[in-house]
Amino acid sequence: MSTTSTDEQRAAINLVDRRPARGGVNGTFLWIEIKRLVRNRRSLIFTLVVPAIFFAIFGLANKNQMMPGGQHSYGEYILISLTVYAAMTSATASGAQVAVERAQGWSRQLRLTPLQPGAYIVIKAVAALVMSFISVVAQFTVGALFGVHLDTGTLIAAGLTAWLGSLVFAALGLMAGYLMPSQNVMQLLGPVLAILAMLGGLFMPVQIMGDTFVEIAKWTPAYGIGQIARSPLTQDWNWIWVLNAGIWLVVFAVGAALAFRRDTKRV
Amino acid sequence: MNNLLAVDAKGLHKNFGSVQAVRGIDLQVAPGEVVAFLGPNGAGKTTTIDMILGLSQPGKGTVSVYGGTPRQAIARGQVAAVMQTGGLLKDITVKESVQLTAAMFDSPRPVVEVLERAGIAELADRRVEKCSGGQQQRLRFAMALVSDPGLMILDEPTTGMDVTGRRDFWQAIRQDAHRGRTVVFATHYLEEADSYADRVVLVRKGRIVADGTAAQIKNLASGRTVRAALSHDDPRLALLPEVDSVEHDGARVTIRTRESDAVLRFLLTETDAHDLEVTANNLEDAFVALTSDEAEDIASLPETAAEPRTESEARA
Repeated sequence: MSTTSTDEQRAAINLVDRRPARGGVNGTFLWIEIKRLVRNRRSLIFTLVVPAIFFAIFGLANKNQMMPGGQHSYGEYILISLTVYAAMTSATASGAQVAVERAQGWSRQLRLTPLQPGAYIVIKAVAALVMSFISVVAQFTVGALFGVHLDTGTLIAAGLTAWLGSLVFAALGLMAGYLMPSQNVMQLLGPVLAILAMLGGLFMPVQIMGDTFVEIAKWTPAYGIGQIARSPLTQDWNWIWVLNAGIWLVVFAVGAALAFRRDTKRV
Repeated sequence: MNNLLAVDAKGLHKNFGSVQAVRGIDLQVAPGEVVAFLGPNGAGKTTTIDMILGLSQPGKGTVSVYGGTPRQAIARGQVAAVMQTGGLLKDITVKESVQLTAAMFDSPRPVVEVLERAGIAELADRRVEKCSGGQQQRLRFAMALVSDPGLMILDEPTTGMDVTGRRDFWQAIRQDAHRGRTVVFATHYLEEADSYADRVVLVRKGRIVADGTAAQIKNLASGRTVRAALSHDDPRLALLPEVDSVEHDGARVTIRTRESDAVLRFLLTETDAHDLEVTANNLEDAFVALTSDEAEDIASLPETAAEPRTESEARA
């Protein structure tokens, strides 16, 4: 019918295998996912601006009050705690974005491509880590601007913990995104995260709230990460914190995988 | 490889609760065919398409795509689909949508070329949420084109497109059909099936009621309806050449035929028929005749179609 030059260049359709390399994990996919996350202004406000305001309100008052041992200030303690909070909020929001994708029929569209579900999860996790990395850097920058400086060792240890620990919450976000309907998932998760942050001692040391509270708090998912992140300041260490974070990661990841499977079956 | 059917569906059934959406569909599509899946809303088109795409499992029956399961064909990247609604991310641009889809396949077509062919090159940087329904439909098409699939399945592909959009769309489809692309499209637009399909499959109530070229279907469709007052049922009417159906309703008889002259001659010379009426069926009548539901659903049909027809008559 049509014989323009571009048509002639297109050869006959052939049915070779068109599976993407690495199951579909690639830079284009990741870059577009990150752009989508950066475009979500509301979630950026909650993950970048709100923790910074919290720091300005709660951190600055105690900025120069020294912790026992006299080496670190409570300003540093609060900065690290709120950095963990910022990273976990950011990662949760990133994961929870799948709720929007489901509502828009995108998950169904993906099932019509050779993209591997595992590759999709890897992309989601890496994108969440990129966003939580931005949160961590932003939070430390705000701290520095307000005159709270961390020594290099503390900066790296606390930063890495807050950043990698956020993976636990990326999984939580994914799970919630697959379980809950519609785009309001963050409105539900916001208060949940605030409670988890409180139990994790990210807003104030859990000891202030009494022994019973401490007993409960120890079992919650932000507790271990918070304790590890602040360990350079507290000079305290317990492997049970690592276990806490590890177990919660497994719980949320398995939950997300089950919710994902339930969701794809139903479509 | 070449003699493998693009689609081979056998005895498909699918129920949703007590609703029988698909009640025994057999469909064989050869590579390179452009097949229109034509039927009224609720005929089971989308349900059948979902089964061909492996998005849902048949209650009974089997589907194979290029000799494998639908999921296998999709995993090899040999199938693309344009769905009626959804399937687009609203927070990215038109170009990003195509780039993203391209990133899920090995050796896709260039994004620029695909945008051009779908007629949305100038919308490349527009956010999907800001696109009109017709523009989103073109985007779905671009996303289907980018993987250069062997089989393309389109569910109501031109919904919301303007006249130019439709023409460009079908031109692109025909170009690729020449390269051997198999296309199955669901539509309720008779003209689209007529103009662009090599083959038209008419579905009604979850079954195929006619399968052939557009011309063959039109032949089924053409013909006339003769009505007359008749004192008694006359079984000879059904035996007349080219009579599709005869319905006695009290003192009146309704005859569908492709040879109305013969019927009229017979009525006037061999019976006491009087008050004769002859009406021509147009293409749309035919479509309605072949796909309309039985008496219980007649109320919702247009006046001209409100004639009771049983399935065997409709099948002619």
